[in-house]
Amino acid sequence: MDAKNCFHCGIEIIKKDEIIYDNKSFCCNGCKTVYEIFSQNDLSCYYDFEKAPGATPQEIKGKYDFLDDEKINTKLLEFQEETTNIVSLFIPHIHCSSCIWILENLQKLQKGVSTSQVNFPEKKVRITFDSSKTSLKELVYLLSSIGYEPYISLENFETGKKNVDRSLIYKLGVAFFCFGNIMLLSFPEYFEVEEFWINQYRGFFRWLIFALSLPSFLYAASDYYISAYKSIKSRMLNIDIPIALGIIVMFVRSTIDIVLDYGQGYFDSLTGLVFFMLLGKLFQQKTYNFLSFERDYKSYFPIAITKLNSDGTEIPIQVYDIEKADRLLIRNQELIPVDGILISDTTSIDYSFVTGEAIPIEKKSGDKLFAGGKIIGSVIEMEVLFSVSQSYLTQLWSNDIFQKKIDQKHKTITDKISRYFTPILLLLAAIVFIIWLFIDVPTAFNVLTAVLIVACPCALALTAPFTLGNVLRIMGKQKMYLKNAMVIEQLAKVDTLVFDKTGTITSNKKSAVEFVGNELSLDELSLIKNAMRGSNHPLSRKIYDFLPNVPKVEIQEFEEITGKGIIAKANDTTVKIGSAFLLGIIDEEMSQQTKVYIKINNTFKGYFVFDNQYRKGVIELFDQLSNKYELKILSGDNEGEKETLQTLLPKTTELVFNQKPEQKLEFIKHLQEKGKNVMMIGDGLNDAGALAQSNVGISLSENVNVFSPACDGIMDASQFSKLGYYLKYSKNAMRTIYMSFGLSLLYNLVGLSFAISGNLSPLVAAIIMPLSSITVVSFVTIMSNYYAKK
Amino acid sequence: MSVIYILITVSIVVAVVFLLAFIKAVKSGQYDDDYTPSVRMLFDDELKKSPSKIIEVEKQKPI
Repeated sequence: MDAKNCFHCGIEIIKKDEIIYDNKSFCCNGCKTVYEIFSQNDLSCYYDFEKAPGATPQEIKGKYDFLDDEKINTKLLEFQEETTNIVSLFIPHIHCSSCIWILENLQKLQKGVSTSQVNFPEKKVRITFDSSKTSLKELVYLLSSIGYEPYISLENFETGKKNVDRSLIYKLGVAFFCFGNIMLLSFPEYFEVEEFWINQYRGFFRWLIFALSLPSFLYAASDYYISAYKSIKSRMLNIDIPIALGIIVMFVRSTIDIVLDYGQGYFDSLTGLVFFMLLGKLFQQKTYNFLSFERDYKSYFPIAITKLNSDGTEIPIQVYDIEKADRLLIRNQELIPVDGILISDTTSIDYSFVTGEAIPIEKKSGDKLFAGGKIIGSVIEMEVLFSVSQSYLTQLWSNDIFQKKIDQKHKTITDKISRYFTPILLLLAAIVFIIWLFIDVPTAFNVLTAVLIVACPCALALTAPFTLGNVLRIMGKQKMYLKNAMVIEQLAKVDTLVFDKTGTITSNKKSAVEFVGNELSLDELSLIKNAMRGSNHPLSRKIYDFLPNVPKVEIQEFEEITGKGIIAKANDTTVKIGSAFLLGIIDEEMSQQTKVYIKINNTFKGYFVFDNQYRKGVIELFDQLSNKYELKILSGDNEGEKETLQTLLPKTTELVFNQKPEQKLEFIKHLQEKGKNVMMIGDGLNDAGALAQSNVGISLSENVNVFSPACDGIMDASQFSKLGYYLKYSKNAMRTIYMSFGLSLLYNLVGLSFAISGNLSPLVAAIIMPLSSITVVSFVTIMSNYYAKK
Repeated sequence: MSVIYILITVSIVVAVVFLLAFIKAVKSGQYDDDYTPSVRMLFDDELKKSPSKIIEVEKQKPI
């Protein structure tokens, strides 16, 4: 069978379902419809930029009814005046140039849209539309119908217009402007030729340079003064004190120099220094715009849900307005926003957002439903027990750990070094000054300023930003996305690793399937496989993938009983696939495993067992890590797999089961109180507390575009086995920093020897400063790239 | 010789103009998204207007 791929979405086409339209083959009606929409509107160029760029549109009937509500609409809109509306929508599917093209041509598909602009790194589209001609709901429906369903969650509810801080870029621009011009203007004097021409214009050049240095000194470097002032106030010596001191001394001394006509001053070095240091800051500021590290339950939860009034009418209601005893209607694929009691007969709920467990859980009428689960199957009705903020899961966020801003919870390596560097420098300057006072008083002042200028730890301050910024990028390329550079320092210090079990060390994608029972004949196999095709239940999909390729059989009768199983009939054979209850079997073995039973023509054939499958390389990884780290497994599940884990993993691994989200948080806290540096690796919302509490919280994600809880880093699940490599690399990064600290101190010593002997001419300063910065920057870049390959 | 004053003044003025242009560009948000415009500029305007005709022409070729 030759494999054909869908022209729209690229999925391999199952022969039977193939739809041929316009000489192109599609895997399903949805994809064909999207193609039709595009070709009718002259937009089939969509397929020229990228091969099979599309996504199959999902069924969304009723899902966005809440957009009819005026109040909710207003909250979502970025701008609203008369009929002009602007909305920014997050669309996870944006991934290629075709996406940009089609989304920026929305006005061809929908009347009333005037412009739409894509921000690719943020995966957002900003649409301006005329509210008299179209509505937000229509737009969302249009986007969904072409496979670009926007993601609207409770988080959108609160975000207004974000203010982007661009001051660093302004400062960098100003600093570069000053630096460049001053460098050019200082050039004639570097050669110190006593020539008539230079002598005549000396004053003009010097004062021009002075004027040009003012914006750099006053504006571009202002952050350093503020930071130095703050650190003096809190009696902590950070690196910005010697920097600010150096800059100010440099400026004052240079000004005196040109006023009294001693020389040209150090304005060139001054502006160069400011420029390089700002560059370092920018380099460190690498962020992954399309990822968010600050998510809490709000980005998972829907913004509104359908409420059933007592008279049976349905109205959309904002999630925050839900009250106890309300009746809610929740559709297939919708999330339960609050704790409640199931009123409908049965349902299956997918708690993979919360626990990482992919196999849905069955619930019966009267069972308690916890917020965070996703309904799979038909519409259900439930009664609310708690409001959003008081639900079991969301209560976790009232813990203190989520309240404080943990910006400066750690001291950075540079600050630590400067605790020694700053006092030594000041002491040295004082000693040298006093010694020179006895020899020659005017020179003493010169030497004092020269020492402070040359010791300005510019290279020192550049080391960490450039190394960490580079490491951040390299790790990002290898699908480990860290929140900021500080995380790397923390990563290098970690001595205890805590893993979540479900979804973290087990994969929630591929559970191993096993068939237990009498061997099935080929006919029976093909019957089961073909019956499975019609079902969208996750377990059916898994069994379908597990079964070998078999000939097609026409299924004549097919019935799916939600929450129970499938009954299908073909060629006078009836097959029942599903729970023990459906088949009327009593399974004596009480087991933790999920089973799907098979009955053909009323004879019991056996069952499929789903086993949690551990991720590839887990065992090797644990073996490798157990030498250096303390390993722990923290699971919310029962002890069903304790023995398997004990045999698989190194003996030193501690296994803790039955942990509630708060208990996980407490567990980490307890370890930290014992002086451990804990790294937590988890995936679900139930790990959110532990991730926030730990020194480094890494969240594992099958698809980084989908959501993961607040954390310090997001790791692509396929890279899990490389965890040891990341840890080692972060250690090497810190080693690189130490080495380059040594290098920059060496430069400082050379500079100081000039300064102490009273020979620091502006030319020497202008050579040493950029030279040291450039060597340090290239050294750390080369080293971090070298270690990355190791 | 006083031409040097004029030349330097002119050069500084030019530099200031560029600085202002840079600041204006940053302010208007051009530096917020540094990827999308690079793709956008490669889209062909002509194709947008009448892609159906082009496709029709392409279709006719093999026949």
